[in-house]
Amino acid sequence: MKKAILTSALTLLALMLVTAGLKPGDNAINFSLKNVDGSTVSLADYNDQKGVILVFTCNPCPFAKAYEQRIIQLDAKYASLGYPVVAINPNDVELSPEDTFDKMKGRAAEENYSFPYLKDSSQEIYKAYGASRTPHIFLLEKKGNKFKIAYIGSIDNNAMDAASVTENYLEDAIGAVMAGDTPNPDMTKAIGCTIKSKT
Amino acid sequence: MRFLLLSVLVGLLGVNQIIGQTIQEIDSDELLTLTGKSNDTTYVVNFWATWCSPCVKEIDYFEELHRNDQLKNIKVILVSLDFPNQVKERLIPFLEKKNITASVMLMTDLNYNTWIDQVDPSWSGAIPATLIYNKKNRVFLEKEVSMSELLEHVNQIMN
Repeated sequence: MKKAILTSALTLLALMLVTAGLKPGDNAINFSLKNVDGSTVSLADYNDQKGVILVFTCNPCPFAKAYEQRIIQLDAKYASLGYPVVAINPNDVELSPEDTFDKMKGRAAEENYSFPYLKDSSQEIYKAYGASRTPHIFLLEKKGNKFKIAYIGSIDNNAMDAASVTENYLEDAIGAVMAGDTPNPDMTKAIGCTIKSKT
Repeated sequence: MRFLLLSVLVGLLGVNQIIGQTIQEIDSDELLTLTGKSNDTTYVVNFWATWCSPCVKEIDYFEELHRNDQLKNIKVILVSLDFPNQVKERLIPFLEKKNITASVMLMTDLNYNTWIDQVDPSWSGAIPATLIYNKKNRVFLEKEVSMSELLEHVNQIMN
């Protein structure tokens, strides 16, 4: 119990230090969130991986839906290469009733998610990362014993139609990281749904 | 039967309203012209979409602003970020239902990263977002606004 209080206090302190959100080159922040399978998943569970494709996403947003199959394909392609997908749903469930834990479970089962789909129920993690919309990607790269932010932004440059994409920002960024380079661009913007929060 | 006839008439009136609203398709050059004018008009440019619930909630305020006769030299433009393949199915029925008379434009350039920063560097891309500007003042709001907040910002920009 004491340990739990101490951990919470430290997490809070860490959050206070990084309210502005993360930028490429920053250390990633650990999280420990409930997965749709009932387990708890932490970033530290991925310490043996080369990186993590962290995706802030949700059930009802049309942009999240438009990218859902592309996110599933990213995990199919990159998990075996050491860059698995971890999805986090940050939306307040009162403001967005389609994003309850039960509805998340339903969606993950229907679409056969091969990756964790975690609930950021306290909404502290998305704020600490500085995610502002869904979907919002943070590519994490393992450097030494730490995860660092390598790329923040969009998956590619056509939300409506995967076949019309001309810039694969995220895959290019993963390619750069694999080659030991810095992604260029390391940040992109895209239209997306606001993350639903009361505060 | 009489009821049916009435329904048909009401339906026909509805059709006239659709014809009254035209949606102008714009690309990024046209959007940036729209967000960078320098004249005596105050422009209120709202970025929204039919699927965005906070946007739908606040759109009545923008329509009210547009219909406000007391404000001179103000132009309200609703830039829809609905996917171009959903115009007939979603956008037009929505505008018809809401009886929107403010100017509506559809952004057709989906290569978002090339133009979001040019509208405003502080914009992450989340909607709703609203730009209020004239040749002297400019404010960019990446959030949902209330009617009073909207009027307050418009007054600040105009004075």
